[in-house]
Amino acid sequence: MLGSGILKGLGVTAKNFVGSYHDPARMVTQEYPDTPAKLPEAYRNFPFLVTENATDPMGTLRCVACQICEKECPPQCIYIEKSKDKKPDATGKPQLYPAVFAIDTAVCMSCQLCVEVCPFDAIKMDHVFEVAATNRFEGLLLNREQLAKPNEYFHQIRPTEAAEVDGRLTAERQAAAEKAKAAAAAKAAAPKPTTPVAGVADPGPASPRPATPKPAEGGTAP
Amino acid sequence: MSLFPANSGPTVRAVHDEFHGDLLEVSMGPQHPSTHGVFRMVVTLDGEQIVKLKPVFGYLHRNHEKIAENTSYLSSMPYTDRLDYLCSMTTNWAYALAVEKLSGQAVPDRAQYLRIIMAELTRLVNHSCLVGFLFNDLGTSFTPLLYAFREREKILDLFESLSGSRMMCNYQRFGGCRVDPSPEWLAAASALVDNFPRFLDEYETMLTGNEILLARTQGVGRLAAAHAINAGITGPVLRASGVDYDLRKVDGTGFYPRFEFRVPLGAHGDTYDRYMMRILEMRESVKILQQAFKTLPAGPIMDPKAKLRGFRPKAGEAYGRLESPKGELGFYLISDGSPNPWRYRVRPPSLINLTLLEEMCLGHTIADAVVILGSIDIVLGEVDR
Amino acid sequence: MSVVATDSFLERAPLLFRDWIVGHFPVALQWLVHHLLTITAILTVFGLFFAFTTIAERKLLARLQNRLGPNRSGLPWFRTLKLWGLTQPFADAIKAITKEDIVPAVADQVLHFLAPVVIVAFSLLGFAVLPFGRYLIPVELDAAILYFFAAGTATELAIFMAGWGSRNKYSLLAAMRALAQLISYELPLILSVVPVVLVTGTLSTRDIALAQGGWTWGVLPHWHVFTPWGFAGFLIFLVAALAESNRSPFDLPEAESELIAGHLTEYSGFKYALFFMAEYFGLTALSGLGITVFLGGWQAPCAFLEFIPSWLWFMGKLAGMIVFFIWIRGTLLRLRIDQLTRLAWQFLVPLALLNLGNAAFWALTSGWTGPLALARWAISAAIVIVPFFLLGRRLTAGYAPRTYRYAA
Repeated sequence: MLGSGILKGLGVTAKNFVGSYHDPARMVTQEYPDTPAKLPEAYRNFPFLVTENATDPMGTLRCVACQICEKECPPQCIYIEKSKDKKPDATGKPQLYPAVFAIDTAVCMSCQLCVEVCPFDAIKMDHVFEVAATNRFEGLLLNREQLAKPNEYFHQIRPTEAAEVDGRLTAERQAAAEKAKAAAAAKAAAPKPTTPVAGVADPGPASPRPATPKPAEGGTAP
Repeated sequence: MSLFPANSGPTVRAVHDEFHGDLLEVSMGPQHPSTHGVFRMVVTLDGEQIVKLKPVFGYLHRNHEKIAENTSYLSSMPYTDRLDYLCSMTTNWAYALAVEKLSGQAVPDRAQYLRIIMAELTRLVNHSCLVGFLFNDLGTSFTPLLYAFREREKILDLFESLSGSRMMCNYQRFGGCRVDPSPEWLAAASALVDNFPRFLDEYETMLTGNEILLARTQGVGRLAAAHAINAGITGPVLRASGVDYDLRKVDGTGFYPRFEFRVPLGAHGDTYDRYMMRILEMRESVKILQQAFKTLPAGPIMDPKAKLRGFRPKAGEAYGRLESPKGELGFYLISDGSPNPWRYRVRPPSLINLTLLEEMCLGHTIADAVVILGSIDIVLGEVDR
Repeated sequence: MSVVATDSFLERAPLLFRDWIVGHFPVALQWLVHHLLTITAILTVFGLFFAFTTIAERKLLARLQNRLGPNRSGLPWFRTLKLWGLTQPFADAIKAITKEDIVPAVADQVLHFLAPVVIVAFSLLGFAVLPFGRYLIPVELDAAILYFFAAGTATELAIFMAGWGSRNKYSLLAAMRALAQLISYELPLILSVVPVVLVTGTLSTRDIALAQGGWTWGVLPHWHVFTPWGFAGFLIFLVAALAESNRSPFDLPEAESELIAGHLTEYSGFKYALFFMAEYFGLTALSGLGITVFLGGWQAPCAFLEFIPSWLWFMGKLAGMIVFFIWIRGTLLRLRIDQLTRLAWQFLVPLALLNLGNAAFWALTSGWTGPLALARWAISAAIVIVPFFLLGRRLTAGYAPRTYRYAA
């Protein structure tokens, strides 16, 4: 009958009208500024640099300026300058650090490749999305002071991943400490050590960990 | 005799006809509400009837292929998200497929299943969106589109909680997937998929039998099967013309042969068939997804030999293709042994399906042209690249 | 009919208020003040009605689409007061007034300027003859129905002026569509009202509303819509009214997805708002006529509800009609121009003509009682239902939902 399809359609819209008042499956709107957006843990938007100590952010950056992320970044929004001197890192090894680390967030597409290729868990994806700047160039070009955020913040936004990373780093540190102890013991046993820390020194940032698949982001580790 | 004669064949008159007066040339787009992006149609009208239509594209050209030839294989992956920005999961997969073929990498079982799950969820997203947009072109006041968006939003939330981004998922990797979904994620996705047919039923009750829809779409924009094959048209547009060609069946991409699903075929090749193909394919996708959630194996999601960086495939070439929601999406790669592809080429289904737009539109009115364009399902990011 | 209920103070309150104000003026000026007050009242009431129709439309459409709709605007200085966004139309008005008015350099300056003025002026004229209440009728004309249609038709000419004067191809196409639509739907619109004129024997809106008074057993109103010919006429009227006021599914002149904004493409700011306003005035006036002619005008639906003043009943029915139109807009898709004209000429006009005969039959058989009264209903219903099915089948011939095969 002419009109039956139209009447059925009117029925469906009426059902949705009523449903929008009582059925949360139909009314999915969140009133954003009033109700803060609920972000999943895996949410990614713009990278940040992890620092170990909030009181001395520039001194405890995990980044060793290996420049892998700079090379891999698809839109090439990362700029790094290596330092001239070395500072001890979390495990006590002397490492380079970034004298300049800048990310142009106007160019960054939050693809997370920098995080995936980073062998030192130094760069992670942030949860910020309310970004606004009054200047298109300087305002969106973040330097290392602006990029550095403490490890506690990382724990806050991504508890699962941060716990996993911390576990791994602690294990590495313990291994390094044991190695150092063993070396010290060997040194004590040995008659005359010539170079104090040479036995402990790592090949350095040029040979990162083998690129095994990264553990799950926000999911369970395989 | 019908009172709305169903496309009694184009009656195209000569462009210069002094008796009937001038023709009107209208440039629809690149700023037009219904060209689905920055696409332009230069239409020549006789009254409201189209006598000539010239598609113009390239407004969104981003040099994707050349950029990809100058970066590493991995760095192109996020860019593929931005080709067909509604279906980043399938574009990722197609690219990963080509690279895996080039370098001869294996993919673990669980990753194969996850890829199919993501691809079929993407198909639900794409088709429900497309149908919503099609109805907007047909003149609804956004109602079907917003119902479709409501459901799409739930799937995008899943994508976000898994991959970190709603649309730019960047999820597939060479030799597997990036993230392993948690059991809670799988349960939520499974529940969503089980509920999806209810949405489809409601959608169909609302619209499929609507007399205005039938009159507006049946017999409009017919595409003959032979013509479509000649032009290389693929996907639901081709199947609406009655050609049985679905790469999930033909190639058996990934683990698709392990799943039971049917391929719907149209008979008339008109806009209504193209609309119904999408609805029926969504129902089949739901079946695939339900099977996949039941049989998803445990195991690693990445080939242990897979490398993210320092990736140098042997010299050679490879073409990886799969059935994306829009049609055959292929990536053609030539390697010279360096970390960058020597040649990188995308076969975008949107662009190739668009080539017969004029043939479909001739003799119809300007209102139909908009609807026909909507039923082809283009994404300008993929057309222009 | 109880005189006490119908002649209550509330019923006469608007008139008493007017007379009280008029009484303050010298006798020589009283006629002028009298008319000016009527005009002011109509402009104020229907201006506000328009304002709240826009917010109602946005909110109802939003709910139909599972959204919240505008709910932010409150009052200045009272930030905590949200008022469910009900002040939105006033914010919209301020925006429309303060926006830049852009006139294309190549446009016909006079026509481009005149079109919004003309359309608002003509769309307001219809209100003059609508009986808003038992005693509230601005102008009592004997040929009120004729006047109403004559005034309403001019609005489509303004759309043509806008389309032609804008010198835009989309606007021109819209203008052509608007004329085709005007010519096609004026006929079924008028033909759907003619049966009522035939049965009641008057062209006066006041008398037509009065003729629908009274109830059977105190609960069944004698409205025209509750007769077979009246029901058919009402449906035809609804479709034609939608088309006349360019509402979905007949919003072809401003078809957003095809013609960008049709005749409104080159309008901005307050001129755009005027078109918008005129469209709603036209819709409201047509709804008012439909209520007067088919839905009993200001009459209450049941005898015991008569204590509510008649003008409230009228406004309530008007709001109901508007909500129905919004519901239609939230559901349906647009017809194509050739289908639009075919629907008018090959479906609505024949039905309306048959319905005219039906009304004649009804008028002739008014003396049938007892079993004959049932036969009268059956025959009258058959006269509209059978052609509806036959014409409807022809109209949709060749169109049906399809079944699909699957690849082996």
